[in-house]
Amino acid sequence: MSPDAREALLLLGCPEVPVQQALALYLLGRLKAADYAVTCAGNPAVLQLLRVSDPDRHYIGPVVEIERCIGELAEKKRTPTLCVAFAHSDAGLTFAATARYLLPEARFVLLAFGREAETLAGLATFPCEKIVDVAVHNPTKLKRRIDEVLA
Amino acid sequence: MTCVEDLPYEVILSKASFAECREYVEKHCPRYCHVDPGFRLFDKYMIGVPPIAIGVDGNAVVFPFTKPCYGTFLLRIEDTEEIARLAPRLKPR
Repeated sequence: MSPDAREALLLLGCPEVPVQQALALYLLGRLKAADYAVTCAGNPAVLQLLRVSDPDRHYIGPVVEIERCIGELAEKKRTPTLCVAFAHSDAGLTFAATARYLLPEARFVLLAFGREAETLAGLATFPCEKIVDVAVHNPTKLKRRIDEVLA
Repeated sequence: MTCVEDLPYEVILSKASFAECREYVEKHCPRYCHVDPGFRLFDKYMIGVPPIAIGVDGNAVVFPFTKPCYGTFLLRIEDTEEIARLAPRLKPR
């Protein structure tokens, strides 16, 4: 990563839907290769899953508890130019909407997945790029859409 | 920083959607206001889909509180200092 690396934020939801973990690690690798310094925000469980999945820290960088992250965004202590928010529930969408509001200048990608993906994407009326699929276990289609959006 | 979970709260709605919480506040609280995400309440930055509805019912503040794995809860906490701080924003139902 260069000293001029751009800052990105992955906003992770509850880890109960399997595709999130795979796509988070995939995005970490992809954004790191594109010279982004990526911070992951999530609850303690999702951050622990990432740490265990990447013990030598090939992919993950800084991590932050999600409510602390929202506070840092509100205080402008953290100003990523790219935010990718994962949402598979109303709570996930609520955190995404909050981050979008607090990051009006950032490129904002909403990744809606799981069984309620289409409903959630419809409820997301804030400006963002949407990647939507009802995937629970198979991340392939979402990965393909991520590649298209971030190309 | 105060942790909302350490305050003496009453749960009005449990594992609700954000929209359900907003609708409840607007329909049931005698006074309420709308704030944006990041507004400070009980020393915490509020999380929510704007506009976030905060209600006042008697001596209590009624507000949504979202946890990533559990959804949004509508909580009621008695606190006249917070009500005084909200007062300039409040409007009657």
